[in-house]
Amino acid sequence: MDTSFLIQTLASIVAASTPVVLASIGETISEKSGVINLSLDGSIALSAMTAFAVAFTTGSVTLGILAAMAVGAFVALVVAFASITLRQQQVAVGFVLTLLCADLADFLGTPFVRKPGPEMPHLPVPYLSAIPLIGPILFDHNLFIYLSMLSIVATWWYIYKTQPGLKLQGVGERPEAAFARGVNVNRLRYLYCVVGGALVGLAGASYSLSIKLGWSHRHTFGIGWIALAIVIFGGWNPWRVAAGAYLFGLFKALGSILQRNPAFSGVPTQIFASAPFALMIFALLLVSSEGVDRLLALLPVRLARALDRAMRGRPPGGLGKPFVQG
Amino acid sequence: MRIELVDIHKHFGPVRANDGVSLTLEPGAIHGLLGENGAGKTTLMKCLSGYLSPDRGAILADGQPLSFASPAEALRHGIGMLHQDPLDFPQMRVLDNFLLAFDHRFFPDRRRGKALLQELGTRFQFNLDPDAEVMSLTVGERQQLEMLRLLALGAQVIILDEPTTGISAPQKAQLFATLRRLAEEEGRSIVFVSHKLEEVEELCHRVTVLRHGKVTGEAEAPFQVNRLVEMMFGRSLPPTERVPVTPGPPVLEVEGLVVPSYQLTVEGVNLCVRAGEVVGLAGLEGSGQRLFLRACAGLERTAAGCIRVGGRDLTGAPYRRFLEAGVAYLPAGRLEEGLVGGLTLAEHFALAERRGPFFLNWAAARERAAAHIGRFNIVGRPDTPVEALSGGNQQRAMLALLPSRLNVLLMEHPTRGLDVESSNWVWEQLLARRAEGTAILFISADLDEILERSDRVVVFCGGRMSAPLEACRTTVEQLGYLIAGKDVGCEAGNVRRETEVG
Ligand SMILES: Nc1ncnc2c1ncn2[C@@H]1O[C@H](COP(=O)(O)OP(=O)(O)OP(=O)(O)O)[C@@H](O)[C@H]1O
Ligand SMILES: [Mg+2]
Repeated sequence: MDTSFLIQTLASIVAASTPVVLASIGETISEKSGVINLSLDGSIALSAMTAFAVAFTTGSVTLGILAAMAVGAFVALVVAFASITLRQQQVAVGFVLTLLCADLADFLGTPFVRKPGPEMPHLPVPYLSAIPLIGPILFDHNLFIYLSMLSIVATWWYIYKTQPGLKLQGVGERPEAAFARGVNVNRLRYLYCVVGGALVGLAGASYSLSIKLGWSHRHTFGIGWIALAIVIFGGWNPWRVAAGAYLFGLFKALGSILQRNPAFSGVPTQIFASAPFALMIFALLLVSSEGVDRLLALLPVRLARALDRAMRGRPPGGLGKPFVQG
Repeated sequence: MRIELVDIHKHFGPVRANDGVSLTLEPGAIHGLLGENGAGKTTLMKCLSGYLSPDRGAILADGQPLSFASPAEALRHGIGMLHQDPLDFPQMRVLDNFLLAFDHRFFPDRRRGKALLQELGTRFQFNLDPDAEVMSLTVGERQQLEMLRLLALGAQVIILDEPTTGISAPQKAQLFATLRRLAEEEGRSIVFVSHKLEEVEELCHRVTVLRHGKVTGEAEAPFQVNRLVEMMFGRSLPPTERVPVTPGPPVLEVEGLVVPSYQLTVEGVNLCVRAGEVVGLAGLEGSGQRLFLRACAGLERTAAGCIRVGGRDLTGAPYRRFLEAGVAYLPAGRLEEGLVGGLTLAEHFALAERRGPFFLNWAAARERAAAHIGRFNIVGRPDTPVEALSGGNQQRAMLALLPSRLNVLLMEHPTRGLDVESSNWVWEQLLARRAEGTAILFISADLDEILERSDRVVVFCGGRMSAPLEACRTTVEQLGYLIAGKDVGCEAGNVRRETEVG
């Protein structure tokens, strides 16, 4: 295998993983504060459709992106209102929204199906893209991809290194304790749920304006669910969540490489399309299985404990529970 | 700062948790707040510290009325409260817990925070590792961290709600020394909420006793204990007596048991418990006693050895088989493991019916619940959800739910958080079972309870179990030594071996 092929493949994995990275990071922010936004799959579909429709109609990619982020944020706002203010079951609300948004996207998107439209312009980063190996893999893409990578670092840095980040952790971990320290729990939950939703909207935009151009029936199918699973198995830690998202991208890329290989020409294409999902679940199960426990038990205790902590995360203590202030 | 609570009322629906309570806290004094379970102590202190707002009444600081809408505001006025279950962030590091409360710049200054934490720590001899996860600390250490937070924020009035539950003896001594220092040397007011008379006697300068939401008496040190008991319960309590029981055949035999876990492995446990016997398990939290108890209940994977119940080998058998063999396990986490939060008492009784018909007979379940509520003196109704019960009543409910015939009863902290009257009552129920031939194994952090209630005592230390001791011939000091791993005999052995080598 020659290096240019490898570089090309890795670059395409980085690019193709973008929506999942953005969506799962957005969901991480929301869940870190204690709110499960289960509407991800529908929200991505609706924002992808919006991004394309707005960009198609106005000719402005920027407007498309902003509209998509607004849609994502709005859906998250509905989740926040229902779960924080009305104290409804977050999961039920999210599920209903998923179905609603997906249908809405299908319905409203009909005039835009299979239309050629605007695309996010390619934008190599000056100097950085010239670095051998790393340059073409990481820095020879469009803005979406850079934003997705930035979102990982920025989210991690914000959550673990800043004072508002500490509060964010506290609000999700133990809202009563955060309240006792003078934190306005429900206001912060609204804020982070909406910010996370905007990132989900950006994920949708990256889909229809860059990764899989245009709009069609069930265009973004399944991405949201995978992102939700990745957040859980990634232990609510931005780095691990991102690693999960890229792993999923790797599986998808392998699928399309194998599909192009003449040796597999007899295999139905649906297998290659759905195999990454199955593989992903399998990989995630592997990380959390008892077999890993046994393997860890063979290692020295300190190392085992460190590995365990690095591989698995506990959910924020207050995840999914409404908080009654005062 | 001198705090006065004037005529505080707080009702929860029909429950009058505080019904016109007045109380004065003097600076430089440790004020005890005594009362039986459900007397309204916690409610009163939550009103004082901003967690609840009283329905009626006033709080005065040096004669000036105070009002606050949140605990954070109360703390700005210098009033801070330590909850029985430390109100911290278990998954975050010690330093982050500390910084969250008091460093409000965008980038918290970790180095400064660490220095401050260390400085405060040395001042009070609290040894906290700033990088440890709070979850990995003991309850006592978490309490210390909370205390440092309140002190760093300048609390002048510090309220401690049953702070001695679940902490070790040395931690308790240290806590008491710190409280004395804060009051006597630094002039702060301390409120010590408890229902343990000995502790109040040892520590407090003044006490106020609550009963059914009203003040029933006040006293200055030195206290007359029997007067306090009368104020707490409205009568004096008869001393408990031991009824000797002749042990029957062995019901639980454990041989060479090894229970592995991440933190600690329990190794080489041999124990034979006979029908009607009570065995107390002592040891610092996390020394293996809980692991051992759960293994006996069929809830932990064992690596070697065997467990026989009533002569039948149940090693590695599923929990169901243990239940069928008449083993019952009462965990310490009443709402986490023992009861199902959100279900009512009647629903619990319906659930406890293991071989009932497919369609539930609600009338019968409700009747059974009502009968047990009467018999076990539970303050609640069949349709009360269990989380609305007070701790003592939850414990009563768990006992009421046990099957009537049992061979082995395994318990963690059977009377944790219960007042004297309730714990006496619990033990009466347990000892009645023992007369029917049930063997009882229990874990307790209260060494007096262990010595008073058990026939034999075993001590766990670092995953190893001591040889069984006769409870009547053992003292608290001896147990203390064993718990700390300072087995006198064992040390002598080591010395001999070393001299031989030398
Ligand atoms: N949030 C609440 N809702 C309804 N009832 C409550 C609530 N909090 C307390 N109560 C009731 O108020 C009464 C007083 O409770 P409180 O917790 O103040 O008692 P306590 O003296 O602290 O008892 P313990 O020694 O068991 O901790 C109890 O009957 C309790 O059931
Ligand atoms: Mg209380």
